[in-house]
Amino acid sequence: MNELFLLIIGAVLVNNFVLTRFLGICPFLGVSRRTETALGMGMAVIFVMTVASIVTWIIHRAVLTPFGIEYLQTVTFILVIASLVQLVEMVIQKTSPILYQALGIYLPLITTNCAVLGVAVLNVQKGFTFVETAMFGFGASLGFTLALVLFSGLRERIALTDVPRVFRGTAIALITAGLLSLAFMGFTGLVK
Amino acid sequence: MWIAIFCLSGLGLLASLGLGFVSRRFVVEVDPRIEAVERVLSGTNCGVCGYPSCSHFARAIVEEGAPVSGCIAGGEDTALALAKLMGVEAVTGEKKVAVVLCKGGKEESTTKFTYRGVEDCKAAVIISDGDKACSYGCLGLGTCEKVCPFDAVEISEDGLAIIDPEKCTGCGICVKECPKGIIQLVPVEKGVSILCHSDEKGSEVQKKCAVGCIACEICIRVCPFDAITMEGNLAVLDHERCRVCGLCIPRCPTETIHGRDWPFPHVEIIEDRCTGCGICTMICPVDAIEGEEKEVHMVSKERCVGCMLCVDRCPEEAIRVKAQSDSASELAA
Repeated sequence: MNELFLLIIGAVLVNNFVLTRFLGICPFLGVSRRTETALGMGMAVIFVMTVASIVTWIIHRAVLTPFGIEYLQTVTFILVIASLVQLVEMVIQKTSPILYQALGIYLPLITTNCAVLGVAVLNVQKGFTFVETAMFGFGASLGFTLALVLFSGLRERIALTDVPRVFRGTAIALITAGLLSLAFMGFTGLVK
Repeated sequence: MWIAIFCLSGLGLLASLGLGFVSRRFVVEVDPRIEAVERVLSGTNCGVCGYPSCSHFARAIVEEGAPVSGCIAGGEDTALALAKLMGVEAVTGEKKVAVVLCKGGKEESTTKFTYRGVEDCKAAVIISDGDKACSYGCLGLGTCEKVCPFDAVEISEDGLAIIDPEKCTGCGICVKECPKGIIQLVPVEKGVSILCHSDEKGSEVQKKCAVGCIACEICIRVCPFDAITMEGNLAVLDHERCRVCGLCIPRCPTETIHGRDWPFPHVEIIEDRCTGCGICTMICPVDAIEGEEKEVHMVSKERCVGCMLCVDRCPEEAIRVKAQSDSASELAA
């Protein structure tokens, strides 16, 4: 139990997917202008990443390893994640229109999010068990959401300040992202 | 190799079967008009309409009655097709009126020679580009006046074409006919225009005309919305960005920038919401907002130019536009 908890903490803070591993930078910059949308995106990622890690783990164990075709990992995972997202979108649209509205365009956007593929590949590389995989996927997406929401909060404050003309827009956003990443460096060594 | 091919296509088949089954099972009935509208739209999901994707915009058109002219990428054709589909009349964008980008009348500008030819700008242009020293100057011989089907153009005593914004329909005929190419269509609500089209150096402009743009760039520095840019030696106003605050008008040393009279929308602070954070005082370009930190701030009626910068930036949404009638009666009182 303790180990699982540490696994989540490690994925959220120490090896944060966005700020330490630099995965999923595109939505990190793209949808962080407002905290509201950042939270929506974060929720969608938590959902998809957790489910995707579980399903890809099963596929890897049940199909790729027995047939000795692990080299097809990347292409298979992309296939699985893409159809999974599509499936989830359709089910949600039918069963919960409110949730569908809230997630909106972010759900299909996640299909090509490298953080989702990253977590699936890492799960296999590290040889996690089923429960560990689920927890790691959940923790990684939690870390993604945390980084996204923190960053969107910072950007909202920056929008209100008088930024020097040359730094306006993406420039100051990238500098802020760098500083945030630096701050997360402080967690190094928290979990072995 | 056969195993790999078999496995991957098997997975793909499985996924597609699953998706096919789910799409049948979980089919959501949508308004068929939404699909029809979506087919007309460009499908590039550019987001210019203000919606995240073309399908969102299609839904907004059908369900919320969003304007059919919202698709900028599709242009007029799309707007007309959508209007036909939805059974509404297409209103393509905001109303535009033509403006002559020249203020240099006989008094202000110098001439090269005395023109005594046919009373027509096109004829005059053939002879050494017209009589005005500035090659971007309005010749005032009335080609635009003659072609205007709405009698909106009048040649002033000063020898300048003046377009009546009330009569102008924005048809753009004069824009095409003007041999100098100095007539431009501008949104009617945006009364501000930089009335010069000369690309020459400031010193050259000054020799030829007292009211031409001398590229001093003061307006660019004054504009809080980055709506003015230099194109060569000419300040050009981006009407999309212009918020009609009017700050540039009094600062232009040559009085080239013009604004029609418009009722200033004033802003007011909702006292219950103001936390006195002071952000509005920092950003107000005319220092119209005053107040102690952590206390309710006040807007000075005299100084506020209604640029709305503070309305957008207030984190508490405590600043709103005063109702038009209120501010008008207060000013009158």
